[in-house]
Amino acid sequence: MKTFIGIDLGSTTTKALVIDEKRNVLGRGITNSRSNYDTAATIAKQEALVSARFYLFHNALENSHILNGALDAFLGQLERDFRLEQYLEQLADLEQVCQRNVGSAKFGDAAKGVGLALAKLFSLLKAEAPQLFVPGARRKSDFFRDIAGAQYLALGEKVAKDAGVRYDMLLNVFDRSIIEVENRVYADSIKAHLLAALERTFVALPEARAFSQRIRKPIQSVLDTELEETYVVGTGYGRARLPFSKEHIRSEILCHGLGAHVMYPKTATVLDIGGQDTKAIQVDPHGIVESFQMNDRCAAGCGRYLGYIADEMNMGLHELGPLAMKATKTVRINSTCTVFAGAELRDRLSLGEKREDIMAGLHRAIILRAMSILARSGGIRDQFTFTGGVAKNEAAVKSLTSLVRENYGEVTLNIDPDSIYTGALGAATFAWRAVVEEGKSAEHMGEKVAA
Amino acid sequence: MSTATAKKAVLKEDSMWLQKEMINRNYHEVATAHASGRKVSATFVPGNLNELLMCFDFARRLPETDALQNGLRKKSGKMIMDAERDGHSEDVCTYVKADLGMMLQGDIGPTGEPMPKPDVLLLSYTGCFTFMKWFELVRQKYDCETVMLHVPYQGDGRVNPAMREYVVKQLKDKVIPTLERVSGVKFDIDRLRGYMKESVKAEEDLVGVLQTAKQRPSPIDGYFGAVYYIGPMFTAFRGVPEATRYYSVLRKEVEERMRAGKGPVTPDGDHPGEKYRLVVEGPPNWTNFRDFWKMFYDEGAVVVASTYSKVGGVYDFGFRHDPEHPLESLADYCLGCYTNLNFPQRIDMICRYMDEYQADGLLINSIKSCNSFSAGQLLILREVEKRTGKPAAFIESDLVDPRYFSAANIKNRLESYFQMIKQKRGAAQAVAA
Repeated sequence: MKTFIGIDLGSTTTKALVIDEKRNVLGRGITNSRSNYDTAATIAKQEALVSARFYLFHNALENSHILNGALDAFLGQLERDFRLEQYLEQLADLEQVCQRNVGSAKFGDAAKGVGLALAKLFSLLKAEAPQLFVPGARRKSDFFRDIAGAQYLALGEKVAKDAGVRYDMLLNVFDRSIIEVENRVYADSIKAHLLAALERTFVALPEARAFSQRIRKPIQSVLDTELEETYVVGTGYGRARLPFSKEHIRSEILCHGLGAHVMYPKTATVLDIGGQDTKAIQVDPHGIVESFQMNDRCAAGCGRYLGYIADEMNMGLHELGPLAMKATKTVRINSTCTVFAGAELRDRLSLGEKREDIMAGLHRAIILRAMSILARSGGIRDQFTFTGGVAKNEAAVKSLTSLVRENYGEVTLNIDPDSIYTGALGAATFAWRAVVEEGKSAEHMGEKVAA
Repeated sequence: MSTATAKKAVLKEDSMWLQKEMINRNYHEVATAHASGRKVSATFVPGNLNELLMCFDFARRLPETDALQNGLRKKSGKMIMDAERDGHSEDVCTYVKADLGMMLQGDIGPTGEPMPKPDVLLLSYTGCFTFMKWFELVRQKYDCETVMLHVPYQGDGRVNPAMREYVVKQLKDKVIPTLERVSGVKFDIDRLRGYMKESVKAEEDLVGVLQTAKQRPSPIDGYFGAVYYIGPMFTAFRGVPEATRYYSVLRKEVEERMRAGKGPVTPDGDHPGEKYRLVVEGPPNWTNFRDFWKMFYDEGAVVVASTYSKVGGVYDFGFRHDPEHPLESLADYCLGCYTNLNFPQRIDMICRYMDEYQADGLLINSIKSCNSFSAGQLLILREVEKRTGKPAAFIESDLVDPRYFSAANIKNRLESYFQMIKQKRGAAQAVAA
């Protein structure tokens, strides 16, 4: 079947989104941008195509009425099993690379001991892996580097101690190996992983096992359907790194404008707060950008600001919003300069202000900055769509809602739970338009991904 | 610019060579003025009374041009840092700081020759309040004679006879006597008339050149190319026969390109083809001039008109120096400088360019350290958008401070802007169809 793919190479994460000829969203994929946009683009696209397979599984199984009522649970289990299969492959790869790097490290006499400790550590990692993918398991992130890294650190210390080798040598080996593994694309094994995952799922869900033959058939048929990459459009800061010509590249301003329009057709003003920039975009009723403004000179008040504050507070980025929501008052933070805000934060803490109240102030500070950029772009018109990573932060949304009401009165505020994919959705829509409306055919597409 | 591209561009345009030679020769004249018994003046580009200074045989320095040339030669960054170390704030105009930094470094000019102490500072005040502070600092440093010509601001958007008389009176009572005293040369109004006759011819040709951009495709870039074209006219050469020749050669070259249907010459050769026609407000960035320009021609953008190319004199709406009324025309020239216009006039001028040059949009390059002219630019943008219905965009950089040129951000915004124009154009065509 024909698919149209948008890839948004952001400074922090790379997103991909796949739509079909009827512009249904088939799948979404996200990965960390690393310092390697080529790999990030390939992996995000592959993730999106995997997610598209799950969407198609869902449709196929739903039509066959085999798993009435139990379909979502079945697919949830299948996806976790698939992730586990993927994780195990990457873990095996990481072990190999680590062992190789022990050989080339200058550990002297300790090398042999480190090698043995690694073998022990990886056998533990493998044994613990299924626990990471049970229903409801909490993971710091879904990226291999983060999951494997956290486990490696947690288990490594004891292993090193028991084996009598230095812990820092184990860490050194990990640091030298993870980038290589992280940048590897395991495209060829996706079908095999899906089939292996299916077997695991039948074990986990004995009631489904009874229908295994009837379930296998539609799944196999989806797997046999080629997802043709009919047209790909790239956007985002890394777009120049995409392996295709200018025709296949759109600026993120246009993509965000169009993406927001596709999500909410009555959108007139778009605010996007991403990792390193804040964009205010005005679009016409067809999603065409009329004007835009971006943060200038520095990245004050962008997503990275929250990242920095999280580091300063020794918290996870996703914990900031919930903490700020507990505030009983808003501490005034004047600086939108990331570094100065850090200084203000410490100052307020030393004055005895509560962490949650300070957090509320920090969220308000970044939204105030966004308000000024919005004003520059021509203000907020109805409807107003908020996108980007920061749109997921409830405290930021709360500040924005109250400031919009104060300054512009009642305006419909749209926030899509998948708003992080807005740019990719716009790009995919451009890809669809290029083929369906303008009759273009794809040029060089880079390497095909078998999914 | 590499030597190879310089030669390539020069082969195409003799006028570029000529212009470069003239500028370099002026630096040499200034450097050797005192040795050859000549006095040295310093003055600013807007409101530059070049013909008058020539009447007193001054070798003519222009501090803004020094800063600009140092910026193009990548020397300004260190100068600015030296001036900041000397106590000048980060927010001060970077032309000023580059100039002060050059002095701190021993006053070696952009071409490597030492710059002499000016004998007189002629401050014709035409709207930029920084000029006054700048020459205050220079006077403090050199302890030299300063004479100020106060030009009333066109607050009401027009010049009335009292304003003209006021300027003429200052010329007669203050400026000319001071210049006579410093130079020891008696003022001769017929000499002034003679220079002005040359000015008029050159002005006529300059306007002819800039207006070729009304053609499709435009044979020139009215911003990146125009900054070369305005060089002699806006500096020490207006009124010099050599400049008149330069403009005549230039006009022939450009008209030839126009007849051949060619686009502008870029540092990489012929323009790849005109896709977007823009009007630009604000000076260019000098420290990354080539990179900045490339961001335009790589995407097929041509600037058809700019306000910056009128900063040393607005000639395209009919003003010419008038040998019959020399002092009055100097007054009119100063009063009509772009920097002396009020907001509605600047907006009218831009809208007129958008219309007459069939532009697709307006781009504003706002100068971070320019407190005089960056203020209000967003209002200009909104108003022009509203009146013309054409999309506008806003970028920020600086004149000669290399720290304030963020190539990735500017490129990103420019590309977004060009794609936005393209998309809007597509939508308009779809509606028309």
